[in-house]
Amino acid sequence: MLTAEDKKLIQHIWGKLSGAEEEVGAEALWRMFHSYPPTKTYFPHFDLSQGSDQIRGHGQKVVAALGNAIKNLDNLSQALSELSNLHAYNLRVDPPRFSLQFLSQCLQVVLASRLGKEYSPEVHSAIDKFMSAVAAVLAEKYR
Amino acid sequence: MVHWSAEEKQLIASVWGKVSVEECGAEALARLLIVYPWTQRFFDNFGNLSSPTAIIGNPKVRAHGKKVLTSFGEAIKNLDNIKGTYSKLSELHCDKLHVDPENFRLLGDILVIVLAAHFGKDFTPACQFAWQKLVGVVAHALAHKYH
Repeated sequence: MLTAEDKKLIQHIWGKLSGAEEEVGAEALWRMFHSYPPTKTYFPHFDLSQGSDQIRGHGQKVVAALGNAIKNLDNLSQALSELSNLHAYNLRVDPPRFSLQFLSQCLQVVLASRLGKEYSPEVHSAIDKFMSAVAAVLAEKYR
Repeated sequence: MVHWSAEEKQLIASVWGKVSVEECGAEALARLLIVYPWTQRFFDNFGNLSSPTAIIGNPKVRAHGKKVLTSFGEAIKNLDNIKGTYSKLSELHCDKLHVDPENFRLLGDILVIVLAAHFGKDFTPACQFAWQKLVGVVAHALAHKYH
């Protein structure tokens, strides 16, 4: 469960990305496609070459959604409700993949590489918990 | 047998060459115990693990982290026979330590994040790919002798 301290850390760290959201999102997605090729199967309609407009655009969308979730940490279920429906009924991304572990790992690698020591164990823990919580909400409606 | 391209080997070696095994090992293990607190169950005799600060400063955690990452170095020296290299360790983790192999995956992912924090932009997507592959192969090898 996200503690009050976790929430503060998450909001603080996210605040540091101000302005770089699109880059962070695009890089996280690119790393995910590169390190975990099966994740590409959900994007056959995308140009998946490095730096593609579609990866940038989608990265921005993902990060914006996470940003919105971070503004609503006390009510993730509601904040992510639309996305939860979308992923369950339209996108139907396989739930284990959907445990977002690959996206979470890649997003954390991007954050760690940008923030260095500031990506402390406490921040790491808070972000990992947050991504798990997001994954759980997005998977809620699968069945 | 796992196939490693020349590029992958080079990326692994170049990162490894700059890693402080003691520092990175300690940090990776500490983060495992902090981010996934249930893993503390394997370290009952390590003393004070009551807070992130305690864990990070705990000398047994540091020493064990160094041991674990040193062992990783063996895999890197023997990329073409990681299963063989870890055969005894696999038996140990199953028969004596009773560690669920899922934990190897968790530690591997944490190690990748620690490397990213240390190397910043130099930890490129290509680097990450090679290292995610390596930690996956190591995790698999450690689970191989489970029965």
